[in-house]
Amino acid sequence: MIKEKEIRNIIEVTVRFAGDSGDGMQLTGSQFSDTTAVLGNDLSTLPDYPAEIRAPSGTVYGVSGFQLHFGSKDVHTPGDRPDVLVAMNPAAIKKNLAELKPGAIIIADTDSFDTKNLRLAKYENNPLEDKTLEGFQVFPVPISSLTFKALENNPLGQKEKSRCKNFFALGLMYWLYNRPLDQTLNWIRMKFKKDPDVIDANEKALQAGYNYGEITELFTTRYNVEPAKLPSGTYRSISGNEATALGFLAASVKSGLPLFLGSYPITPATEILQYLSYYKEFGVKTLQAEDEIAGVSSAIGAAFAGSLAITTTSGPGLALKTEAIGLALITELPLVIIDVQRGGPSTGLPTKTEQSDLLQALYGRHGESPLAVLAASTPSDCFYMAIEASRIAVKYMTPVILLTDGYLANGSEPWQIPHVNELPEIPVKFRIEKEGFAPYLRDSNLSRPWVKPGTPGLEHRIGGLEKANISGTVSYDPDNHDLMVKLREKKIKNIANDIPDLEVDGEEEGELLVVGWGGTYGSIKEAVGNVRNLGYKVSQAHFKYLNPFPKNTEQVLNRFKKILIPEINLGQLAKIIRNEFLLPVIQFNVVRGLPLRTSDIEAKIIETLGGNNVR
Amino acid sequence: MSGNGQAKLTAKDFATDQDVRWCPGCGDYSILAQVQRSFPEILGIKKENIVWISGIGCSSRFPYYMDTYGIHGIHGRAPAIATGVKVSRPDLSVWVATGDGDLLSIGGNHFIHTCRKNVDLKILLFNNRIYGLTKGQYSPTSEQGKVTKTTPYGSVDYPFNPIALALGSDATFVARTLDRDPKHLQAMIKRAAEHKGTAFIEIFQNCVIYNDGAFDKFTDKTTKDDNLLVLEHGKPLIFGKNKDKGIKLDGTKPVIVNLNENGNSINDVLVHNEFDQSLILSIMLSRLTDDPNMPTPIGVFRQVFKPTYDESIENQINLVKAKKGVGDLEKVLFSGNTWEVN
Repeated sequence: MIKEKEIRNIIEVTVRFAGDSGDGMQLTGSQFSDTTAVLGNDLSTLPDYPAEIRAPSGTVYGVSGFQLHFGSKDVHTPGDRPDVLVAMNPAAIKKNLAELKPGAIIIADTDSFDTKNLRLAKYENNPLEDKTLEGFQVFPVPISSLTFKALENNPLGQKEKSRCKNFFALGLMYWLYNRPLDQTLNWIRMKFKKDPDVIDANEKALQAGYNYGEITELFTTRYNVEPAKLPSGTYRSISGNEATALGFLAASVKSGLPLFLGSYPITPATEILQYLSYYKEFGVKTLQAEDEIAGVSSAIGAAFAGSLAITTTSGPGLALKTEAIGLALITELPLVIIDVQRGGPSTGLPTKTEQSDLLQALYGRHGESPLAVLAASTPSDCFYMAIEASRIAVKYMTPVILLTDGYLANGSEPWQIPHVNELPEIPVKFRIEKEGFAPYLRDSNLSRPWVKPGTPGLEHRIGGLEKANISGTVSYDPDNHDLMVKLREKKIKNIANDIPDLEVDGEEEGELLVVGWGGTYGSIKEAVGNVRNLGYKVSQAHFKYLNPFPKNTEQVLNRFKKILIPEINLGQLAKIIRNEFLLPVIQFNVVRGLPLRTSDIEAKIIETLGGNNVR
Repeated sequence: MSGNGQAKLTAKDFATDQDVRWCPGCGDYSILAQVQRSFPEILGIKKENIVWISGIGCSSRFPYYMDTYGIHGIHGRAPAIATGVKVSRPDLSVWVATGDGDLLSIGGNHFIHTCRKNVDLKILLFNNRIYGLTKGQYSPTSEQGKVTKTTPYGSVDYPFNPIALALGSDATFVARTLDRDPKHLQAMIKRAAEHKGTAFIEIFQNCVIYNDGAFDKFTDKTTKDDNLLVLEHGKPLIFGKNKDKGIKLDGTKPVIVNLNENGNSINDVLVHNEFDQSLILSIMLSRLTDDPNMPTPIGVFRQVFKPTYDESIENQINLVKAKKGVGDLEKVLFSGNTWEVN
């Protein structure tokens, strides 16, 4: 007889799926996320995969993971430590055990704990059988053999059937967290519509996993997470890279400029190029160039020709594009450079996140070469910041660097979709009047005119040699150079009048302000919120504009006795704040290639407050 | 005078108000003059639709002296910048002025990929076989053994053969000419202008300061006839003061035959076919230059026709638009897995 299972309501949970790179963990995780999002939970995800495409199976370095944090409350991070680990092999346990919460649930595919896999994971004894997992709630499930059993009547071969085991695991997780199967069933039917046997196999595996939860005596409890209170509207789940691509598509529509992307594939930025290559019906032109330099150079050509020109890359690629960005800067052409930051230096950690390109973005060019630098704060914020970067580039005739990062790029969250008519317009005016034209005339924003080739009578040349103010002819005049250097600087500084003020979340003044920028928004927000709930007084301010800073920045910073700056680098923003505002700041730097842990930030906040300042 | 087609343009219409700053006697003057003279002759040309892109080097100052649209770019990247202009705006006529260091050394990668993609660009290589703007270092086209400031004991590098490189990279129009042969130079510029696809012209250009006389044997009246092989479509490959020497194939090896000896006749001589789809003859011709006993060809080595990169991109966009209709942003934003929160 099947015992009635207890259903326990919980507020939030962090789940991690982990297995071999070929086990389909990213797919399993994103399916679980989609279903969870549609149920109305708030959520945040963190795919965590190795740089190798298919590292030798069974090894620790071949483990691919997908973490998901969801709840009935606001969720800002993918979660510090998982409450649940689905481990498809011993290596997945080896890699993730230290990260788990004490008492976490471990669901393990016992079939994969054979001698070979134990050896590959460097376990002398089976961790399911010795004391390795003491203190955790371990659920040994023969996932592989149960999957084969469920597919007994399916004509697929053993290898194909084995590929369905991730759906068994997913079905079991759906049962455990009380989620319906239809979202995934629909996806399977769409995805494999040309192959009915594969549809049948995956459906059966999914259903079998769900049923197993229902009938096994292993599980006595299942969990329920009520929908979060999100603003009403239409939602979709969105990753940072997809949001970035859509943001530029929207900028193209709102400016009336054709979009041109010159790019070279590089992790973790490649997907933006992939997404944009689909939107041909919008006239988007994507050019997969021969290298990073050709990517940016072609974009400069396209900008001169009158397109909304962008180039996408990650740290190593930004280094290669450096000289060309200087050309865009001195020719004063609009160009957006998207740097999806990853762990560095050099090839570094290609698939991991980091915030270590801030100084490169701000200063990584020869000569006095100021440009606007923006940073997105959440996956969906990439959409709005892409539009904003485009607006600034064309209004101020300048290159703009938009910083996102590996976490934002691959992480996803529910996004309340805006209507097109709610998005800001991007006014663009090409010069056509011949009378009084000069290439380096300046308007009230100090921007020079943008002229499309093909406009009669306005033929002109620009280039990398210093230009005489207004006339734009080559000039080696010392005073002219001094003037131009200062004009270019002033033009960028003036953008401060055209961007939102720095907002403070919490009290407007006090003991401690926690300041961040870019992709750490969620971790800091959650940490500050948790510490405030403990009764401490602490506020948060988050930069999305790094150059220029919002014009109230100094006032905001001066209203607090202490400033704490958590960053996934060795203190790049801290260095700038100290230098710009001569303020002492306290740094918190962890550079693990992963989002900052909320709990670590909380501890640092409490330490900084010295245990004082309780409300 | 504007280039709106109301009056016929002249060479002067293409000159800017900038003082030309090349060394007196530089071959670049002739190239600039021939470009400015030939442009008004090009059918349907409008000043405002021309864009000159360059990199770095003496040759790359070229755009400043042409009253068209232009960008003086960065070292080696002119083909990439030009590709962006052309892909973005296929209606423009886009020209690249470059040198042997700019195009074949730092910019080698962009050059071969531009050719491979058949981007509709006209690339003028000012080949003087030396680095001029940095004052006399050997270049990737300098001959082995050349003594320069960085090769005091002679260069050990093997040089590039630019024509062979362009052919090997699938450029669809490949030609060579001389700065000191204005008529031929103009003819090649016009041919390139009319070609749709990557048109590459190697111009032997004399650097009067750092490599003076490098091409004298092709320009000196007393030697040029014996050293130059003028390629003309449908004509036999003959050269020499008395037009008495011809090129024929001995197996796969080109040899010189004297038409007045051993009963040789003009019928034994290879006939030039610019439009040969096969690369065999054009590659063979390009390699004659490397053999000191052979004449150096000038003229069009090969011209073939295939869709250009820029028009293929445009066509694909039009096809997708025809199939899906013009893009609707609202639809795209609200597509995929969406759900309602009330």
